[in-house]
Amino acid sequence: MNMETNLRKVPAVEFREVNYLLPRGQPLLSNLNLEVRRGETLVVLGRSGSGKTTTLKLVNRLLKPSSGEVRVNGTPTAETDLIRLRRSIGYVIQEVGLFPHYTVEKNIALIPRIEGWSTKKISARVEELLQLVGLESTIRSRYPHQLSGGQRQRVGVARALAADPSILLMDEPFGALDALTRDQLQREFLSLQQRLNKSVLFVTHDLREALRLGSRIALMEAGRLVTVSSPEGFVRSPDPLAAAYVRAFEGEFGLTGNRGKA
Amino acid sequence: MSIFHFVLQNYQEILELTLEHLWLVGVSSLFAVLIGIPLGIMSAHRPWWNKPVLGTANVIQTIPSLALFGFLLPVPWLGARADRLAILALTLYALLPVIRNTYTGIRGIDPAVMEAGRGMGLTDRQLLFQVELPLAMSVILSGVRLAVVVSVGLATIAAAIGAGGLGEFIFRGLAMVNNELILAGAIPAAVLALSADFALGWLERHLQPR
Repeated sequence: MNMETNLRKVPAVEFREVNYLLPRGQPLLSNLNLEVRRGETLVVLGRSGSGKTTTLKLVNRLLKPSSGEVRVNGTPTAETDLIRLRRSIGYVIQEVGLFPHYTVEKNIALIPRIEGWSTKKISARVEELLQLVGLESTIRSRYPHQLSGGQRQRVGVARALAADPSILLMDEPFGALDALTRDQLQREFLSLQQRLNKSVLFVTHDLREALRLGSRIALMEAGRLVTVSSPEGFVRSPDPLAAAYVRAFEGEFGLTGNRGKA
Repeated sequence: MSIFHFVLQNYQEILELTLEHLWLVGVSSLFAVLIGIPLGIMSAHRPWWNKPVLGTANVIQTIPSLALFGFLLPVPWLGARADRLAILALTLYALLPVIRNTYTGIRGIDPAVMEAGRGMGLTDRQLLFQVELPLAMSVILSGVRLAVVVSVGLATIAAAIGAGGLGEFIFRGLAMVNNELILAGAIPAAVLALSADFALGWLERHLQPR
């Protein structure tokens, strides 16, 4: 069997009948079946407590499913070496979590350095990544506390992309930013995604963001997947919860047009 | 006899006892660091360890120092030499601040930083040496600093069991009601404590994560 063609056929991430229970037994996630297709941005939309972050953490095994199976590139995560699995997946979170004692450069270069890349290769990669996320290369030697929120998240994205993972997990990455910066980063995310074609699992509670960034939107509520649809399909969805989201969104902005993807 | 006169006449013995004192404090502090930091790390990583470990260290602190020296005296290998005994007792006392600060320092790290590190695929070991210890270092050092400063004072009591150190002067002075003798022990001890405090404080500030 040819690995290459085979890889292209299997979804990047696959949830098969996944349940996740807390140690005390309350279910956070019930019978989840979902896939992230190669090269798409699948947005998981839901309010807090809906299980969307849990879903994301099951992919890089920060959480282990109580039952069912999560597959990454066709292989069950339970059978993959944990460290290898995580290094093959980029991880971006709202709080960014940059290492405060490292410069921007060291933050971005951490995994390449651990993986034993040459200094020259690392330096070139850092340069490339900074450019990719729209940062000046003079920022290399700064420390995280010297950066603005937007700059920090750009570094966070650069760090996640450092070892060129094919899959990216993003947990409300732009949620803590001011509206203008968020808008800018969303726009940059779209153009970045056009160039890089990563398989992205993107978690948000913001319908506007979901409509703008998602190839498909998976709506979650109380640990269950409610519906999966395209952004166009979502706004016309007969599903009452999806409709409620759309109504709330329209109410918030007082408009009915201009709701498609940017 | 003035204190200066006394120092001039006895500088050799002062030096000798100061070195003895340094030895007691240095070795016991080193042990406390070697034992306390791993224990602190373990209790930070396994919350159920925290209570028994810190609890034990806490209880040790409450034992009066003279009594602890006395308790340890009949222990076979230990009791044979007073300096062994003193080093063990000083180590036990120094453990609490080292363990507690290691625990606090590691637990105080921003959870997002730990999550990002773990999510990126750092091994536990890499996480410990690249992230946790560097970020907790200044808190750990302030615990070591406290332990060392307290040990310098405590070590004077070691003279009561014949372990030497600057306490010799103090006990001798007390017995002879001689203030110069007491000061000849107390002043170098205070100078030691202050210099240790200063040096470790400097280190602590320079290892402060940004």
